[in-house]
Amino acid sequence: MDGGEGASCAEHASADMSDTMKIPDVSEKYPGKIGEIVLGKGDYIAGGSDGMPLLSFENTCKRRMMIAGEVVDDLTDYPELAASMFNGRQKDPVEWSLMWKSIGADMICLRLKGTDPDKGKTTEYASELVERIADATQLPVIVYGCGIPEVDDNLMKEISNSVKNRRLVLAKADEEGHKTISSAAIAGKHALIAFSNLDLNLAKQMNIVLTDFGVQRSDILMDPLMAPLGMGLDYSYSVNERIRLAALSGDKMLQIPMICDATGAWDVGDAVNDDDADLGDVVNRVTWWETMTAMAAMASGADIVIMRGPGAADMILGYADELRCD
Amino acid sequence: MPTAIEFFKLLPKTNCKDCGQPTCLAFAMLLANQKAKIDDCPHISKDSKDALEESSAPPIRTVVLGKGSEVRMGGETVLHRHERGFINPTAYAVTVSDKENIRNRIETIKKLRFERVGMVFETDMVSVRCDSGDPKVFRDAVVLVMELWEKPFALECCASVLESALSAASSRRPLIYHANTENFDDMVALSKKYSCPLVLRDPNMGSLAGLADKAKAMGVDDIVLDTGAANLKECVEKHTIARRAAIKKRFKQFGYPLMNRVGSGEYAVAIAAVSTMKYGSLVIFDDLKSYEALPLFTLRQNIYTDPQVPIQVKQGLYPIGEPNEHSPIFFTANFSLTYFTVRADIEKSKIPVWLQIVDTEGLSVLTAYSAGKFNPEHVAKALNDSGVLSKSDGIVVIPGLVARMSSKLRELLDREVIIGTTESRDIPKFLKNLKPPR
Ligand code: SF4
Repeated sequence: MDGGEGASCAEHASADMSDTMKIPDVSEKYPGKIGEIVLGKGDYIAGGSDGMPLLSFENTCKRRMMIAGEVVDDLTDYPELAASMFNGRQKDPVEWSLMWKSIGADMICLRLKGTDPDKGKTTEYASELVERIADATQLPVIVYGCGIPEVDDNLMKEISNSVKNRRLVLAKADEEGHKTISSAAIAGKHALIAFSNLDLNLAKQMNIVLTDFGVQRSDILMDPLMAPLGMGLDYSYSVNERIRLAALSGDKMLQIPMICDATGAWDVGDAVNDDDADLGDVVNRVTWWETMTAMAAMASGADIVIMRGPGAADMILGYADELRCD
Repeated sequence: MPTAIEFFKLLPKTNCKDCGQPTCLAFAMLLANQKAKIDDCPHISKDSKDALEESSAPPIRTVVLGKGSEVRMGGETVLHRHERGFINPTAYAVTVSDKENIRNRIETIKKLRFERVGMVFETDMVSVRCDSGDPKVFRDAVVLVMELWEKPFALECCASVLESALSAASSRRPLIYHANTENFDDMVALSKKYSCPLVLRDPNMGSLAGLADKAKAMGVDDIVLDTGAANLKECVEKHTIARRAAIKKRFKQFGYPLMNRVGSGEYAVAIAAVSTMKYGSLVIFDDLKSYEALPLFTLRQNIYTDPQVPIQVKQGLYPIGEPNEHSPIFFTANFSLTYFTVRADIEKSKIPVWLQIVDTEGLSVLTAYSAGKFNPEHVAKALNDSGVLSKSDGIVVIPGLVARMSSKLRELLDREVIIGTTESRDIPKFLKNLKPPR
C-alpha cells in the first residue's frame, strides 16, 4: 500500500503564536526519593529517581533502566525456542554472558539450575562459574540458586564467601526464608533481592524484615513479582505504581530500587504457542510479549529488568535509552 | 464530581419530597454519591441543571464514534488505574488507502481477530485515507468501506477533498482526521455541518490547547487531540502533561481523548504500547501484523481491566456447563487468573465439569503448593465442605503441577483420582480423551 500522507496535507508547526495557550505546570515535587544501590565493582548504580518513571520534567535522575540478561547453567528446562536465539553460545554460560554483553546488557542474571542434586553440579563449580562470568564480562551478576531452599542456602554462603572484590546480587530472600541469605549477603558485602508476592504491604514487610535482620537498605533490590502480559500484568503494573507513589510520598521502607523479571512472558501460552498460524510468527510474538512486559515494568517503576530473549532485550534497551529522563 | 454541599446550593431547597427523598440535602447527598440523577428533581432550574451537568461531567469528555457499532473514547477520571480504573479502552485502527483494492484490504483487516480466555480481540476501526487527492475517488472508497465495514471509521484527508465523502458518511459518525493551524476553519466548519467528531493536531502543546479552545468556542464539542508525538518520549510526556492538566488542574482545553497516528512496524507498535499504558484512546496504524496485534490487545486488556476485581476468587463449587451426577470434578487454586484461565479452557471443551476452587490465599497452584497452602488435606476438606462429592461420583482430576498429592488425596477421598494436565490450555484435549461418564 501507499505510504505517507497526501502531499497537500503536509504538517506545519503552528507559526501563529498568538493562539498559543499557557499550559499549567503539572510536574510534582515529592518529599521522597528512591535510594541507590551500588553494584559490581562500584561502577554500576541503580535507583535514585525522585519523580514518576519516564518523566524528564519531574524526575531529575538521568539513569535509564538497567537490563540483566538471563543465563542458566543447565538447559534441561530452558525453552528450546529461546536457546535457538543464541547461536549455540548458550551451551557455555561464560560465552553466553559475553554474548549478552555484546547485545548491550548491563548485568548478567545467572540461574544455577544445575546445582539441583538431581543435576549434580557442585557449589564449588557454581561459585567458580560466578567468578568466571564476572571476570569475563566485568558486569554485575545476579545469582539465583536452583530453587531448593536447603541447597540454595549452602550455595549462597559458598558464593558469598568466595566471590570477593565485587558486589553480587544474591537471590532471593522471601517469606519462606531470609536469614541464611541475608547473613551471606552481609558477610560478603553483597546485595540481595527481597521477593514478595504482588502486594505493596508484603513488599514493605519484606524490606522491614530484612532491615530488622541487619541488612542495609542500600543493599536491597525489591522484586514485587512482575506478572507477565496476559497473566496478571495488570496487578503488577498497579502494585509497582503504588509502591513508587508511596516511596515518593516518603515511605522509607519502599524507597528501595525495584527489579522486575520479564522472563515470565515465556510461560504464557499465547506468547509461545506454535500450533495456531493465526497468531503470527512465534519468534516475533514472544519477543513482543517479553518486550511489552518489560515496557510495563519500566513504565510502572522498574530500575532493573531481567530479560531472556536477545531480540526483546535489544528492543527494550533502545526504548529504555530513549526514555531515560535526559 | 461536586460535593453534596455544592449540589445542595443549586437545589430549590423546598424539601417538597417529589424526588422521593425527605429533604433536598438528602437528595444532594445521593447525587454526590452518584446514586441519583439530577433529573429526579422536577423543580431544578435550567441554569442550575446546566451548571451541575458541567461540573459533574468527567474531566475527560466521552467522545463516541460510529453508529450502531460504537467506539467510546475518553470519559476518564483518574491518572492511575488503581485509583478507580480506566473506562474506555484504547481503540486500534488500521489504514485503508483509497488507492488500493478495498475489498481485499478490509478482508485482511477482518482477519486480525483472536479469541482468548472468553474474549474476542479484533481491530476496532479502519481509517480511510485519501492518497488519490481526488474527491470522487475518495468518496467512492468511503462508500465501499461503509458497505463492507460495520464498525466505526476515521476519514483521513485534506479539507478540500473531505466534504463529498463526509456528506456520504456522516450518518455513521466518522472521526475526522485532522484539523491543524493550516486548515482549521474549514475543518471546524465541516465538523459542525455534519456533526462529526474532529481530531485537532499540533506538535506544540500550547498551540494544541489554543486550537481546542478555539474549536470549542466555535461550537465543536466532540474533540480528540493528537499531540503529534514523534517518539516514545514525546508520547509519554505529552500525554501525561495533557492528562494531568485536565484532571488535576481542570485545564479544559486538554479535557479530551488523546490519540496517535503511527506508521507500521516495530517502533509504531512500541509507541502504541506506550500510548495504551499512558492515556491514549486511539492509535491509527498504517498496518498491524498478528504477532504485534495479539500482545498489544492483551496489554490493553490488562491495563483496562477493572482494578477492583479481587485477585482471589471465593472458595466454592463452580459448575461449568450443566454437570450431572457423573461429571468429572476439577479443582484448582483461588488465584483469580488461575481460575479464569482454567474456567475458560474447560468451557472451550464444551464438556460439563464441577470446578472446585480451593482457598490458597490468592496464590497460584505451584506457589501455594510450595507454601503448604495447597495440600491434600486442605483440598479434601474443600471438596467435602462444598458437597460436590455427593453431587457427583465422577473422577477427581488433579492439576498436573501438583501430581505429587495424588496418592494421599486418593486415600483421603476414597475415589478415583487422576492426574490432569500441567498446562491449562491442554485441558480441552484432556477432557475429550476422558472416557465418558458411566
Ligand atoms: S424534588 Fe427537588 S426540591 Fe423537592 S425535595 Fe427533592 S431535591 Fe428538593
